[in-house]
Amino acid sequence: MDVNEFVKHFAEQFDETPEELFKPTTLFKELEEWGSLTALSIIAMVDEELDIRITGADIRNSNSIEDLFLLTQAK
Amino acid sequence: MGLVKFKGIGIKAISVTVPKQKVVTSQQTGFFTEKQLTYFIDATGVQERRIASKEMCASDLCYDAAINLFNKTSINPNDIDALIFISQTPDYRVPGTSIIMQDRLKLPKATIAFDVNMTCSGYIYGLLLAYSLTNIANIKNVLLLVGETLSKITSPKDNSIGLLLGDAGSATLITKGEKYGDSFFSLNTDGSNSDAVIIPGGGFRNMSSAETIEIKKHEDGSERSDEQIRMDGMEVFSFAVSEMPKDVKRLLSFAEKDVTAINKFVFHQANKYMMNVIAKKLKVDTSKMLYSIEKYGNTSGVSIPLTMADQKSLIDNNDILLLNAIGAGFSWGTTYLKLVDCTILEVNEL
Repeated sequence: MDVNEFVKHFAEQFDETPEELFKPTTLFKELEEWGSLTALSIIAMVDEELDIRITGADIRNSNSIEDLFLLTQAK
Repeated sequence: MGLVKFKGIGIKAISVTVPKQKVVTSQQTGFFTEKQLTYFIDATGVQERRIASKEMCASDLCYDAAINLFNKTSINPNDIDALIFISQTPDYRVPGTSIIMQDRLKLPKATIAFDVNMTCSGYIYGLLLAYSLTNIANIKNVLLLVGETLSKITSPKDNSIGLLLGDAGSATLITKGEKYGDSFFSLNTDGSNSDAVIIPGGGFRNMSSAETIEIKKHEDGSERSDEQIRMDGMEVFSFAVSEMPKDVKRLLSFAEKDVTAINKFVFHQANKYMMNVIAKKLKVDTSKMLYSIEKYGNTSGVSIPLTMADQKSLIDNNDILLLNAIGAGFSWGTTYLKLVDCTILEVNEL
């Protein structure tokens, strides 16, 4: 999976945020819709799509969507 | 190891008691905004939960459940060979609550009684211990009490867990009988994540002091002391959605059964979204999933028997059940068992 596909799956976890706001450089914790439920959805999405377990610390230590993508690649 | 099979042992009766006092999530404004509350309900499913009064202990809820079990079934206290009390909220540090319960319930002095400190996986571990004892030649009936009043050690101003936990107590009678057939257990432990759900102060590693009882404001806005429970919800979720489906598959492989053989799935009521993600990964028919989290929240080790009692109308005689739970530590497990002629009482209020 490349970063653009990851961003697409990332965006699918949000119901109200316009799709065009999601880019590799997007600082996802600054999105209005970001919260505990979207965080859990992202963890579930990575588990389902990549079969990789990302932790709460991984989310806390990432700022952009690309940061999180790179972290999954390192696992 | 961690995979165990029993033959001819089963659950004869289940009784559960909850406190009368109801806390409605949407009404908990003040510390939480209405938007936060709506978001929390959407994420966890918790609409309301029950909270014990200041005087009410987990043992009182278990006592009521056990007395109802004796009064409304053919089970006689004199026939109990062993009593297991599982809780993180016992009456005292010393003696164990199980010892006091032997006397309160008027069980024979020959009763084996002991306490176990387990969290949300407590019912699965409790069943394993009860089945193991029942497997001994001279033991026929084991009374398993699982109770919690976690509201007493939870900050209502905690963003992660302040609205999640409810109080309840249960009594389950495990007995011998060829009709029960084979039961299978998978039990697991990974203590490397012990910080994910923890009460850091007040134990013997970090004894109670003015500092441990001081309410502090934390990075996420939560206000709690070191003697109140703390949970990294994302860590629990991440571990659970990764490991729980694997454990179910491991157990089914050991038991040589297919997931389609299961009639009802009773998962620990941790969080509705989490339960549904695990069910989806296992390709479980969601009509077979039982829930009680909307009415009672996460009641830790009691949530499995509470769900069975609350949803008893959906359980048929001879149903194959799959029970699954994860708790602090992490500690997790899965049980496959057949429910034969099991008396499940209505949830009682105290």
